[in-house]
Amino acid sequence: MATTVDVNGRPLNVNSPPDTPLLWVLRDELGLTGTKYGCGIAQCGACTVLADGQPIRACQTPISAVGAAKITTIEGLGGTHPVQQAWVKLDVPQCGYCQSGQIMSAVALLAQTPKPDDAAITGAMEGNICRCGAYQRIRAAIKEAAAAPAAAPVSAPAKA
Amino acid sequence: MNKSFQPTRRDLVVGATVVSGSLLVGCSLPEVLSLGSKFKPGAFGPFLKFATDGTVTVVSKHIEFGQGNHAGLAAIVAEELDADWSRVLVEQAPANAKLYGNALMGGTQGTGGSSAINNSWTQLRTAGAAAREMFVQAAAKAWSVPAAEIKVVNGVVSHTSGKQAGFGELMADAAKIAPPEAPKLKDPKAFSLIGTDRVRRKDSAAKSNGTARYTQDVSLPEMLVAMVAHAPRFGGKVKSFDDSAAKKVPGVVAVHQIPTGVAVVAKSTWAAKQGRDALRVEWDESKAEKRGSAALLASYRDLASGKAKPPEDKKGGWKSFESRGDAAKAAAGEGALEVTYDFPYLAHATMEPMNCVAMVGKGPTRLVFGSQAPTLDQINTAGIVKALPGSIEIETLFAGGSFGRRANFQSDYATECVHIAKKVGGGRPVKLIWTREDDTRAGYFRPLTHHAVRVTTDAQGFPATWHHRVVTQSIMKGAPPGSPGGDGVDATAVEGAMGSPYLKATPVVDAQLLTPDVGVPVLWWRSVGATHTAFVMEHTIDQLARRAGQDPVAYRRAIYAKAGAKRHIAVLDLAAEKAGWSTPAPAGWTRGVAVHESFGSVVAQVAEVKIENGQPKVGRVVTAIDCGTPISPDQIAAQMEGGTCYGLSAALFGAITLTDGVVDQGNFDTYRVLRNSEAPTVETYIVPSTAPPTGVGEPGTPVIGPAVANAILALTGQPTLSQPMVKA
Repeated sequence: MATTVDVNGRPLNVNSPPDTPLLWVLRDELGLTGTKYGCGIAQCGACTVLADGQPIRACQTPISAVGAAKITTIEGLGGTHPVQQAWVKLDVPQCGYCQSGQIMSAVALLAQTPKPDDAAITGAMEGNICRCGAYQRIRAAIKEAAAAPAAAPVSAPAKA
Repeated sequence: MNKSFQPTRRDLVVGATVVSGSLLVGCSLPEVLSLGSKFKPGAFGPFLKFATDGTVTVVSKHIEFGQGNHAGLAAIVAEELDADWSRVLVEQAPANAKLYGNALMGGTQGTGGSSAINNSWTQLRTAGAAAREMFVQAAAKAWSVPAAEIKVVNGVVSHTSGKQAGFGELMADAAKIAPPEAPKLKDPKAFSLIGTDRVRRKDSAAKSNGTARYTQDVSLPEMLVAMVAHAPRFGGKVKSFDDSAAKKVPGVVAVHQIPTGVAVVAKSTWAAKQGRDALRVEWDESKAEKRGSAALLASYRDLASGKAKPPEDKKGGWKSFESRGDAAKAAAGEGALEVTYDFPYLAHATMEPMNCVAMVGKGPTRLVFGSQAPTLDQINTAGIVKALPGSIEIETLFAGGSFGRRANFQSDYATECVHIAKKVGGGRPVKLIWTREDDTRAGYFRPLTHHAVRVTTDAQGFPATWHHRVVTQSIMKGAPPGSPGGDGVDATAVEGAMGSPYLKATPVVDAQLLTPDVGVPVLWWRSVGATHTAFVMEHTIDQLARRAGQDPVAYRRAIYAKAGAKRHIAVLDLAAEKAGWSTPAPAGWTRGVAVHESFGSVVAQVAEVKIENGQPKVGRVVTAIDCGTPISPDQIAAQMEGGTCYGLSAALFGAITLTDGVVDQGNFDTYRVLRNSEAPTVETYIVPSTAPPTGVGEPGTPVIGPAVANAILALTGQPTLSQPMVKA
């Protein structure tokens, strides 16, 4: 029962059962381990990826529901996205485990709202838990990235 | 590290070793514990490696799980080596107690008690300085010039003649020089890297692009994934199980009974989870803990008030942890402030739930995971696979948080994985994954705790008598037989109250601890005893200041002066000054102050608080810390920011409750944690110091709770006597 999913600009064949969450397809079958498991019930945001640019929780998205949506994972950002640069510049990560999800939420926010105010940041980031408490730097890095020259398109083809 | 905390952890590990039966006469403990290890360090010792491309790799004996120690440890080496900081890399050490022991943990290898930088300070300065001398000697020999004429600056070795070379070029020659035993260390005044904003994390890029490797990410050929069905109550055992449905799940390979439950091993995580969920297990709960948290707390209250007597057995009675003057006076006295405080069980709730990869049955037993206490994990694994602890190989990865959870006396989740891998056999890798619910319900909580305090004051309003009772489970009781904790006072239960400047300045003190036996596993939780003692001491002091009609800052300063607590005064004054304590708070906000010493560091915070939608909202938090010589000001600030969030999350929302022995919470929908918009804005100011560095990972956590409660006291006149402040 092979399915094809478009991940980071590449059509990939997957063989996991259709009820398998996208999270475990990405991690176990495609080896894209940047997307993390944190809660399994869409409460923590560690598994956030983009589907046609919109942030979704991969832990609650069965592979059968992905269809033709273009999925972008942290690996698909390429490492030099303005949000990633801001994250490194401000040393946002501590343990780092939640940061892929935080970054994907921030990327989606800035694509939609290039100059977000505090309420917009809260709206976009409230679903992403960071137990290290890097929240203050996350907010600062989003503002830093917003001030940087135009962000790259989020669904740009990149190496998986 | 809190001095009172050291001997207990040290003795614990000695005890563990005696139990494991491998203590040999004539060998040091770390030597015994490294027997069987095949690891050999290179020419520059266990902490340094050089490469021909000029990079310098610092080997960290401490795990990095967010606290930034990899940056700090590398900077200490780089400073003495005069390396080019931009070319310094960090690598995680293997498990080897002899080479990588922690002097503050009895020489065993482990990270805890905010001791990573402190215990490594002289060791790593020496390692860096020794290597530097080796390079100078090598260059002098190669260039036939006096060593005294050679300089090392920013990774470049040079001579006044103009000759110069990098570490990479000189590496082979330098490796032949015998390492000096007592190399000359720099005068701290000459530090050019330590204490500057150049000391930044080395792992931010990897943690921002998805390549940082955690246990959850390990993938090895033929690897199986395991999930385990655990008993719903602590102490429950498997009576029988039906795995017929589990075995029908495609991808499930086998089902094994292990001491902690029933394990399903499968070819993928999703198959393992579906298989595990399809198990039908009957549990023998005859020896399980069936009391609920409300009943436990009620019994603690009765014990503290004297309404109930502790069991008469020799170990179960009250133990004094601080006593001065006539105890009868402390119990009596007119006009006392009498308050009690309740603290719930807390889960650590790391972002990465507990997990481990183990290989057993072919060659040495090998573990790959975020090992916080490798020596303990080796000892506990060795007992299962019947091998020398030192022969157990551990590759330590980044861990997605710990906050204390990953170091415990039983190595609970690691040994669970070892048991499964032993059943699987053949050296086949097994990755044990706990779901969020598995993790939340597995115990090892911050203990449920009750304090009862009675304080009378003198004519000036300062404490005259202090009567204090603490009822909590002993963390050290979880230690193997032979370790202390059951006999004396468990310092982890009272640190922060014990030795407090407030008690020191009080003429009559009667402070006692009772540690009932409860079948719920408990453990240190970021800042350990201070998670409750700091709240009790600091909030009580504000109530006393209020009764005395005194300003909370001035009141504290006067007591600290009596107690000779100069570092407390310094951080208090710095925080008060930066927060503008002497001026009115911004409109709508109320300030609260708290000060606490833990793990050798003293932290003061002034928090601006208001009530919004019926719950406390914390805005600006001004933090002052004295942590000895600051290594990385940026990472000290990061730890104050994060520690504050961690403490605030618990104070506002954190609670694990049990109904008839079953944990009520499972995931973040029921175990509420701090979210982005609820985080305060923390400003950090560091007291200049040339003393050896002390902890920063934990000391930022315990201060915010009482600072917020003190602001609410100032705002409403009401004390906060139970946590969490926001009821579910």
